[in-house]
Amino acid sequence: MSEAENDFESISIAIVGSGGAGAITAGSIILEAAGKAGWYGMMNRSVGPQIRGGEAAALVRLANQPVDCMAESYDLLVAIDWNNADRFAAEMPLASDGLVICDPERGPVPDIISKTGVKISEVGMKDLAAAIGGGRENMVALGLAAGFIGLSIEAIMAVIANKLSAKGEEAVTAGRLCVEAGAEHSATHCRNFNAGISAAEGDGRWLITGNEAVGLGAVRGGVRFAAAYPITPATEVLEWLAPALTKIGGALVQAEDELSSINMTIGASYGGRASITATSGPGLALMVESIGLAAASEVPLVVVDVMRGGPSTGIPTKSEQSDLNIAIYGCHGDAPHLVVAPLSVGDCLFTGQWAIHLAEAMQVPTIVLSDQSLGQARVLINKPADVTFLAKRKIYETNNDEIYSRYALTADGVSPMSIPGTPGGQYTADGLTHTIKGTPSSKNSDHIDQHDKRLKKIENFNYGNHWAKVEGDNASDITILTWGSITGAAREAIARLAKENIKVRLVAMRLLAPFLKDKFLESLEGSSRILIIEQTHSGQFHQYLRANCDLPGQIRHFHRPGPHIIGPDEICDQIRNWEKS
Amino acid sequence: MNVPQKSPYKAADYKSDISPIWCPGCGDYHVLMSISKALVALGRAPEDIAVVSGIGCSSRIPAYTNCYGFHGVHGRSLALAAGLKVARPDITVLVMSGDGDGFSIGGNHFMHACRRNVDMTYVVMDNRVYGMTKGQPSPTTEPDWDSALSPGGTGLNPFHPLVIGLASGANFVAREFSGDIKGTTNTLIEAVKHPGFSFVQILSPCVTFRPDEREWKNTVHKPDVEETNDPARAARRIMTDDGFYTGILYRGDRKPYATHVSDTFGDTATLEQEFAI
Repeated sequence: MSEAENDFESISIAIVGSGGAGAITAGSIILEAAGKAGWYGMMNRSVGPQIRGGEAAALVRLANQPVDCMAESYDLLVAIDWNNADRFAAEMPLASDGLVICDPERGPVPDIISKTGVKISEVGMKDLAAAIGGGRENMVALGLAAGFIGLSIEAIMAVIANKLSAKGEEAVTAGRLCVEAGAEHSATHCRNFNAGISAAEGDGRWLITGNEAVGLGAVRGGVRFAAAYPITPATEVLEWLAPALTKIGGALVQAEDELSSINMTIGASYGGRASITATSGPGLALMVESIGLAAASEVPLVVVDVMRGGPSTGIPTKSEQSDLNIAIYGCHGDAPHLVVAPLSVGDCLFTGQWAIHLAEAMQVPTIVLSDQSLGQARVLINKPADVTFLAKRKIYETNNDEIYSRYALTADGVSPMSIPGTPGGQYTADGLTHTIKGTPSSKNSDHIDQHDKRLKKIENFNYGNHWAKVEGDNASDITILTWGSITGAAREAIARLAKENIKVRLVAMRLLAPFLKDKFLESLEGSSRILIIEQTHSGQFHQYLRANCDLPGQIRHFHRPGPHIIGPDEICDQIRNWEKS
Repeated sequence: MNVPQKSPYKAADYKSDISPIWCPGCGDYHVLMSISKALVALGRAPEDIAVVSGIGCSSRIPAYTNCYGFHGVHGRSLALAAGLKVARPDITVLVMSGDGDGFSIGGNHFMHACRRNVDMTYVVMDNRVYGMTKGQPSPTTEPDWDSALSPGGTGLNPFHPLVIGLASGANFVAREFSGDIKGTTNTLIEAVKHPGFSFVQILSPCVTFRPDEREWKNTVHKPDVEETNDPARAARRIMTDDGFYTGILYRGDRKPYATHVSDTFGDTATLEQEFAI
């Protein structure tokens, strides 16, 4: 990238239409084409609960540098139709110099849009598509968006040709004509975004969703078994794993419910295979009893919870961070386990792999708290580096000189696990309090010994620097303290504030449980003001931190539930206001 | 599975040194004995067998064997066992349950395990009562059986495990009486050998809370028809069942659930190509 382009720049577009109109497809094509043109970007979708006929919006942000969060305002809104506009309009506010392109045949511009005073350009998308044999409105919409941002038709056609190749030459030609027709209409509004970037810069670029990335991280970490029960917005983790595991010799089993999927995962891991399942809040609620079993019987496994709005069925298609409490506190009894959270879509890969490593090394159930805004977002990133973790599951090998004790009390709390088929290593894994051999026991000393053992192994483990992303200005007295998906918005806010000479430190926690108090407090040293940010209604993260330590200095707390995701603008405002006060 | 002519093992090889918590006279002692004898006849090494269970008196059985065992949570033993078997097809998997664990809290898993047809053997020790919690009616309890929790009886018809097992797709369906050690042993051998999901209900008296079940030894009887591989015939027969005939009802030929997991795993790098643009 040339020096002139060092400043971060981005452009955001939304393509909306009824479910089934093809808005999401159009957005996906733009994102991939942008990658081919050498750009970075991110796409999320806003969909209603209906499969067909609800609203569907493709939200695309393109940039000259990697992006980890969506923009808070949109430069372009292409409306294929206005169905359910009231439901999505609040989620995609237009920039003051923004543009709306819509089809007059689809009815008047809704008040909620027109009253903002943004520029409106009317294009007969339906007629344009109809005039082209095999033409489709969403392809015209795609062309309109491409013409507006200045994305080359050739980059778009490279993606379309690939996607439509099975449908034959005619479909590709119709696609091209639609895109060209659209681009021609919006050319007068062209922003010439990223004109200086060449396609060569896209070499080695990856296009991946958080749900795919967490699955890939899992298999990189050694997972060869998955159990699945479909649930929005986690299903794609399982749908990616199903063929992937088959290809590498593993297996995925579809279970009858989450009570079953978690127990299948326990059984496979007991059998010696690193195992995973993925779910969302309602499924996690069903699983917690058995996560306690895995903690008590010391069976390693990973549960990915792609969080959505709760409680109960909540808002299945939209993001929230409100499963923190159940992930940390859900189990009955004292059941030490791990809770980790990816800090960006790309980080789902690292955190997914790290979670497997931690679970296996400590023989402990591990919950990964992803969320809809990470899991279903698709990003253009640089190809992630290969990561290798050295510690594996500690396995018992036949030793005729001694009697095997599965739950022997060891220095680090981790005891060798025997795998079925190993002579002399037979034991019964048990949810009952047990002796070191696994024999059920109600003795006080056994109960305490095993409690101590299980807590020790996760408290004494060396998590390295992976426990959090600590960055920004160390000399700064103001710190943003957050976790999980909010990290992207926080980092962007900090970068913006730096330009205003407001220096802010970031502490974004990847490891939530166990709580590493010493490292945590060390990361806040010198900080006299802390802004805690989270996407929950009740402030679960704030309460968790308060329960674990005395936070230093002044504390402010910025939180709200989903689905309106906290963005960089609002974070900047919070900090600026604090600076002024 | 090939059964050796002369087993290299004896019953003691399959028993642990832990004393069962069961009441004197409990039918489950006989079931444990029959399992040991069946395993001797099957000739598999104890380390190649896993015994999986849930919660209840009968579910205590894994620790009383010298096999690999898993005493999990209430009602989920079939799911745990399915995960184990799919991940480790080389291990012989036995699932041990009771009428409360298997048919009430675990009822949904029972149907789906039959349907999934993973190659394992499901043994339900049915005493028509929750014994561990001291005498409450289970799904197989008679409607008029009086108890503190359901005074005067539940008024509900008992669940018919063999009908449900057959209708849900179990590949082998049988009933035995715990007191008939020879018959139970033979049926267990056949159940383990048969590919797919084998379901064996064992009438196992609870002498403490259901002393009337001591009479079962006089009630059980052999059926007057042979076993069948025809589900329709098996269904007709089971619908006229008095609940007390013993033996193999049905031995089907459905293909067992395919297991893919092997010891040689492919390279994950090939999976990453799809993300490059």
